[in-house]
Amino acid sequence: MSPVLQGIITIVVGVGGCVGYFYFANLFLDKVLFPAKGTNAGRNINRANMIRPWVFLFPAIFALGLYLMYPVVGSFFRSMYDRAGTEFVGAGNYVRLFNNPDFRQAFLNNILWALVVPAVTTFMGLLIAQLTDRLKWGNIAKSIIFMPMAISFVGASLIWKFVYAQDPDLGIINAIATSFGADPVDPLQIPFWNNFLLMVILIWIQTGFSMVILSAALRGVPEETIEAAIIDGANPFQVFFKIKVPQIIGTIVVVWTTITILVLKVFDIVYTMTGGNYGTEILPSFMMDFMFRDDGQATAVAFVIMLVVLPVMIWNIVQARKEMR
Amino acid sequence: MDNIAGRKSGLSIVTNVAVFIIVILWLIPTVGLFVSSFRDRDQISVSGWWEAPFSVELTYRTRADDTPTRDGDLYVAQGNIFETGEVQDQFTSGANSIAAFGLVGREPGAYAAGETVDNRDGGTVVVNADGSYVYTSPEPIDERGPRLYFLAESPPDFTMDNYAQVLTGLDEDERAQEIASGATFGDLLFEEAGIFRNFINTLTVTIPATIIPILIAAFAAYALAWMDFPGRGFLIACVVGLLVVPLQLALVPLLNLHNQIGIGQSFLGIWLAHTGFGLPLAIYLLRNYMVGLPRDIIESAKVDGATDFQIFTKIILPLSFPALASFAIFQFLWTWNDLLVAKVFLPSTGDAQVMTVKIADDLLGSRGGDWGILATAAFVSIAIPLIVFFSMQRYLVRGLLAGSVK
Repeated sequence: MSPVLQGIITIVVGVGGCVGYFYFANLFLDKVLFPAKGTNAGRNINRANMIRPWVFLFPAIFALGLYLMYPVVGSFFRSMYDRAGTEFVGAGNYVRLFNNPDFRQAFLNNILWALVVPAVTTFMGLLIAQLTDRLKWGNIAKSIIFMPMAISFVGASLIWKFVYAQDPDLGIINAIATSFGADPVDPLQIPFWNNFLLMVILIWIQTGFSMVILSAALRGVPEETIEAAIIDGANPFQVFFKIKVPQIIGTIVVVWTTITILVLKVFDIVYTMTGGNYGTEILPSFMMDFMFRDDGQATAVAFVIMLVVLPVMIWNIVQARKEMR
Repeated sequence: MDNIAGRKSGLSIVTNVAVFIIVILWLIPTVGLFVSSFRDRDQISVSGWWEAPFSVELTYRTRADDTPTRDGDLYVAQGNIFETGEVQDQFTSGANSIAAFGLVGREPGAYAAGETVDNRDGGTVVVNADGSYVYTSPEPIDERGPRLYFLAESPPDFTMDNYAQVLTGLDEDERAQEIASGATFGDLLFEEAGIFRNFINTLTVTIPATIIPILIAAFAAYALAWMDFPGRGFLIACVVGLLVVPLQLALVPLLNLHNQIGIGQSFLGIWLAHTGFGLPLAIYLLRNYMVGLPRDIIESAKVDGATDFQIFTKIILPLSFPALASFAIFQFLWTWNDLLVAKVFLPSTGDAQVMTVKIADDLLGSRGGDWGILATAAFVSIAIPLIVFFSMQRYLVRGLLAGSVK
């Protein structure tokens, strides 16, 4: 039973340590550092209350700083050094990248992913949200479409490996194709189009997410506007595109950005399905080729990904600040 | 709403059909995997999972091993092919039939059942559809009997064998051997090669990596939502910005850092990594939720002399349950399903491998063609997330909406 026991012990220590920090740090603040009694009770309470937010925030700030802020700076500096990290090469790694045809392929593919997947996913989500809205079995349908959200990208890739398999006794696509007399092909080796077959997997996974959020947004559209439009003689399509969609455009944009961010992080699907072969490389999988071998180039790729995401990040912050006012 | 103007439109039929088709399309891939994981390996290779309920024609090989007799100049072996030693335990049901037979492995179905053909040593062979065979030879037939091949309809064969093999990493014979030497199935689960070990590893990664960020994020979210201190707005903006930072950026610098401080590729390292990467979303969702809680409750508690710590643990935490549950599910699914972070922050081989890495690197590499094993491994890895998902779906949706849509 040793692996199980070991697991339990590590879990108890890890979680216990965390609970302990908050409990004892707070206790220490109130009882030892600034006790709320004696001559300075009032002053002590005020001081304790000034420090307390930082006690609450400290682990979060520490973890965010270490795991997200430091890497932005750290990666940038690391990307200017050579493979071993000893020699400063300036933009050398970036120049090498852009001269590498594989990198250019990965970059273009990544752009393709970022254009196609969020658009299709949002559109499908919106469509399904609208279609299931008034169905009796709408909730069951939604559950089924939402389900792939729970499946790992690796699991999903395996699921689709079956669908795309070349052997018509395994892959349903080739089974259908051969039943019409076509020769079985390996869909994943068809140049250019294989990228879209991989995107289908992510669309399959993510449509449920966009559907759930957009469906809630559609429910929030005031009934009166719809009724008014129907009385004015609008048909269902006009009601949908001219009344509902404009009113939830904000949510649509949020869903779109969320999925865009996800696309730029996606790695598992390409890695599992093709390993980046047959012209399906994207930046994250391209980066893994250098991981553990050439930190200089790996961080350079990571930084290119960061630059691609930057506009979305700025837009996000601006949006959040607007909301807070 | 459709019938407001008095028309129960044909549109409603179209809608039903359209949704039905979409649902089927969405289900097909998973159903295929599910069915395949229970199918016998030989059957997977000859018929698609959509034909699983029907019988398939499989190739068998055996020996005409019934005791030979003498008939004039000829030596004769005859009997029923289904009862010969090598295949008898696969044909116990009785109603079997043969489609074709052959004498060499290259052409296992060269001759139709009932056809009499010449064999190499100058005699004849016939195998009838009911399995009865006659093998004659001018020379003595040795006791093992001559080789025969045949094609027979095999009924659908659903089995848990794939699961037993994936979980233990041992095939049928190896398992039988171990059990004969006194091991129980429970012992076999802890074999090196089995995926059960990776299953435990995934749990070990996932549970702390779900609980720790929630704890940290809940305190931080409370501070950001309800406590007054300088720099609050800036911190919130930081969190929103960090939501977008790509994971890839963190891999190299942090792995180097982990190596320097001596936690290298270990469970501790991966918990910290998952905690760091999960925090922005956690803080963001929880803060959005907590800000929406009624101000009066918190203020009246303060007037009654409750400290922030008490307010947090006694009031905010219970009230935030939907948001906490929602994020917990998210983080659980994310860490359970993660491949990238595990590949970087855990050793790539041996004791600490998680399931996704095992499947993507080991199984897909070494058993790329063994579809039954792949399907089963994938299904083992998605079973827990699916259970969590379907039992907690309500909270997932509620929290998602509370945190992200206004």
